[in-house]
Amino acid sequence: MKILVNGAWRDTLAGELSAVLEELGYGGSIVTTAVNGEFVAAAARARTPLAEGDRLEVLAPMQGG
Amino acid sequence: MLQLYQTALRSRLLLGTARYPSPAVLTEAVRAARAEVVTVSLRRESGGERAGQAFWSIIRQLGVRVLPNTAGCHSVKEAVTTAHMAREVFGTPWIKLEVIGEDDTLQPDVFGLTEAARLLCAEGFEVFPYTTEDLVVAERLLAAGCRVLMPWGAPIGSGRGLNNLFGLKALRAHFPEVPLIIDAGLGVPSHAAQALELGFDAVLINTAVAQARDPVQMAAAFAQAVEAGAAARLAGPIEPRDLAAPSTPLIGTAFRG
Repeated sequence: MKILVNGAWRDTLAGELSAVLEELGYGGSIVTTAVNGEFVAAAARARTPLAEGDRLEVLAPMQGG
Repeated sequence: MLQLYQTALRSRLLLGTARYPSPAVLTEAVRAARAEVVTVSLRRESGGERAGQAFWSIIRQLGVRVLPNTAGCHSVKEAVTTAHMAREVFGTPWIKLEVIGEDDTLQPDVFGLTEAARLLCAEGFEVFPYTTEDLVVAERLLAAGCRVLMPWGAPIGSGRGLNNLFGLKALRAHFPEVPLIIDAGLGVPSHAAQALELGFDAVLINTAVAQARDPVQMAAAFAQAVEAGAAARLAGPIEPRDLAAPSTPLIGTAFRG
């Protein structure tokens, strides 16, 4: 299925958010996620299924003012 | 001591972490500023990139508190979601709440700001709202549950100093017990000293340090200015007057009478 990851369309075979993150290379990274504009806590990723067309944001710590 | 929610701090200089020439300069600047709080942010990261991890490990090694921001958010929804994401990653209830309303000045959308502040305070966040000097907005933010306010000095990154002295003095006078941190727009250490002399509790500096020719030296200069301003406030500045008043005693002046 196709999902929008950080604004770019990506193909994924995985179903749950945790598996999608692994597939996209985020395994072991310190990241935080939102699906369709809603925060999804790390503890909830394994029970959060993604669907065609979902918008996934994967954010990491960055410099800020 | 500066009291921000339940945290007591010695330093009255908060430092931003963006726009430094290198991570090494950032590290040295934080040390030179003697900052105990630095601001951080969240940005999109690609799989396998690890830029965020590298930055986060630098910050953790500094042993300072972090104040995550919601920079770049233009709506209540974006800001609230970003705050949740920041709390998870950075492990702090502190959030520097920015809801931007206008892109040329990066002026806060104070309507969205007060609404986002209300939602986040109700969830137990300790909100540091980036606001203007508007007294009514300040009242609303305090009513929403904010215990610290961060009025702008001037537009972010502009280096103009305290743009609206009258408004900022009124804000200070109106809320004598609320910690007020000047956030944004300061350019040189004298601006920071002036803010502290006027009774503001602290300043947050980023661009003025990070983009200086020598950021480490500028960080040290801001630290000195903030200490000088705070000491001057405690010492009680004189009131300005229109006419001269001789400082040397007139009694016993030679050649008179």
